[in-house]
Amino acid sequence: MLAVASALAGSIAGSLTAQDLNGAGATFPYPIYSKWFSDYATATGVKINYQSIGSGGGIRQLTEGTVDFGASDAPMSDAELAKMKSPVLHFPTVLGAVVITYNIPGITKTIRLTGPVVADIFAGRITKWNDARIASLNAGLKLPSSDILVVHRSDGSGTTYIFSDYLSSVSRAWAQSPGKGKELAWPVGLGGKGNEGVAGQVKQMPGAIGYVELAYAKQNSLPFADLRNASGEFITPTIESVTTAAAAVTSKLPANTDYRLSIVNAAGKGAYPISSFTFLLVYQAQPDATKGRKLVDFLRWYLRNGEQSAASLDYAPLPASMIAQLQKRLDTIQVASS
Amino acid sequence: MTIHDSPQTFVREDDGATLRIHGSAIGDRVYSGAITFFAVCVPLLLLAVAWELGVAGWPALHKFGFGFLTSSDWDPVKGEFGAAPAIYGTIVSSIIALALATPLAIGVSLFLSELAPRWLKQPVGFLVDLLAAIPSVVYGLWGIFVLLPVLRDPVMPFLRDTLQLDRTGLFSGPAYGPSMLAAGIILAIMVLPYIASVSREVLMAVPRSQREAALALGATRWEAIRGAVLPYARSGIVGGVILGLGRALGETMAVTMLIGNRAEIATSLFAPGYTMASLLANEFSEASSDAHLSALMAVAFVLFVITLIVNAIARWLVWRVSRGTSGRVA
Repeated sequence: MLAVASALAGSIAGSLTAQDLNGAGATFPYPIYSKWFSDYATATGVKINYQSIGSGGGIRQLTEGTVDFGASDAPMSDAELAKMKSPVLHFPTVLGAVVITYNIPGITKTIRLTGPVVADIFAGRITKWNDARIASLNAGLKLPSSDILVVHRSDGSGTTYIFSDYLSSVSRAWAQSPGKGKELAWPVGLGGKGNEGVAGQVKQMPGAIGYVELAYAKQNSLPFADLRNASGEFITPTIESVTTAAAAVTSKLPANTDYRLSIVNAAGKGAYPISSFTFLLVYQAQPDATKGRKLVDFLRWYLRNGEQSAASLDYAPLPASMIAQLQKRLDTIQVASS
Repeated sequence: MTIHDSPQTFVREDDGATLRIHGSAIGDRVYSGAITFFAVCVPLLLLAVAWELGVAGWPALHKFGFGFLTSSDWDPVKGEFGAAPAIYGTIVSSIIALALATPLAIGVSLFLSELAPRWLKQPVGFLVDLLAAIPSVVYGLWGIFVLLPVLRDPVMPFLRDTLQLDRTGLFSGPAYGPSMLAAGIILAIMVLPYIASVSREVLMAVPRSQREAALALGATRWEAIRGAVLPYARSGIVGGVILGLGRALGETMAVTMLIGNRAEIATSLFAPGYTMASLLANEFSEASSDAHLSALMAVAFVLFVITLIVNAIARWLVWRVSRGTSGRVA
């Protein structure tokens, strides 16, 4: 009885103390971040509060200095970096991928697609499922002559950024218009809000095609296409093929990289082409000594202990070769002496 | 006479007032001061919101000028912003909503005020009011899982092919489901309780003598309603409709889930569209460039102005009808 009471009192006292660190940003990595923060609080007692308000909001709050760190799916642009009070470092945390999901009447097997074909479908240049360019990739399948209905994200999202980054890298026409961004002027199709909005519409409408995060597609058992990568192989999106894509790019990095990397259409063997890092954003010069030290401690922790739990939540872990590089990069953070 | 004057008048008349009465006069003054403060806060807050939106949206309004309201190009990548499809979609979806909801709401409120037996009035009125308490996202989910499949088949093909309404241009093209029509229907259900509730109050405020006079002249029940009750309540009902319109203009979540979110002006109601509120809901959280943020603020400002005008009209109409009735009842 007494033990319960004192435990209660302890937890109340604990909840009264302010959060040690505050962060805000991307929604995509929220599940893994909240697991990390809860594991970290258990291990060290340091509490980290994270608001998943979206990458744009995270960058804004970091610019205004209302949070201790930000998080973003897309690396910050030069213009965004220029608005910061002082230099900001990008720390890749985990990897995600975007998959092509579809609902073709009469087709239960996995279809195969290439980047240019996907670009032309989403640009409205390929409009029928039995188009010669799709049929030639799927020789064994009897594709119907029905119309293709494109479904895209209506809300601004890192998923759209990664997808359009990929399409821009495989199709010159796409790079010109609509280009890449978190929200686009889509040439055709319907907009669904969130992964669930896109997946819901694709599921309900025969002939539909859309794109969602790999984690979402796996957790909801959606069908997704195999995609041809830059090495010419058809790759099924998996945690392994996503990490492979990262390894292919990061093995050739210059020593002074700022890690604002795009790994779409990576040229490695077995690399899934629509893969991407998600980043934590931290000021290189930490203004508050206590918080700065806590933040660096946490960053060191996720590099050592966090990556193992990524796969359990359907995120791809960083390739092992990157961890040492990033640990070295931690030493470049300057914490003000108190 | 304002609230302010009354306590002072009271004390002056009661010159030999005890300390207790005097004390309550101070209390009254504090009370009226506090109330006045809160009352002033609301319009100030409104002005602050308008000012903030206007200032934040000014760069976009200034850069694109009138074209912001008339251009259909909404391209955050290239930094071109024209809100015409969203403005069009906001207005059209609201008109569909009112066209569907108004007759239904007036029917419900006439039934409740004129025809329903006493034991039925309360439960039906309660259920209609309850529609207003359902969260928007629930309407959206219901729309996705129930309304859209029904629209896709059989409603849309029936309108287009069986009734051959595709010749009108309003009901043509492929029936995907997510569309201006779907958004209009969900909005109709959402604004129905507002219109019905105001109409019912207004109809109940029609003096008994009005009905009795009509019946005494030999009118049937229907003639009495049409000739004596409805004209009397007309401007109040219009006020309720406009209140519903204000609600429809600003509704966000359910519409975003059902309208298809396509920044394009299409004649067919089967085609997807966009509204100002869903544009904001979709893009605000991830907008990071100044031009994009400013354009979104400008959209919010335009929406604010339209909603403000609509609500002002509604207030004015309701005020007019209620003043009229209370005068005649007395």
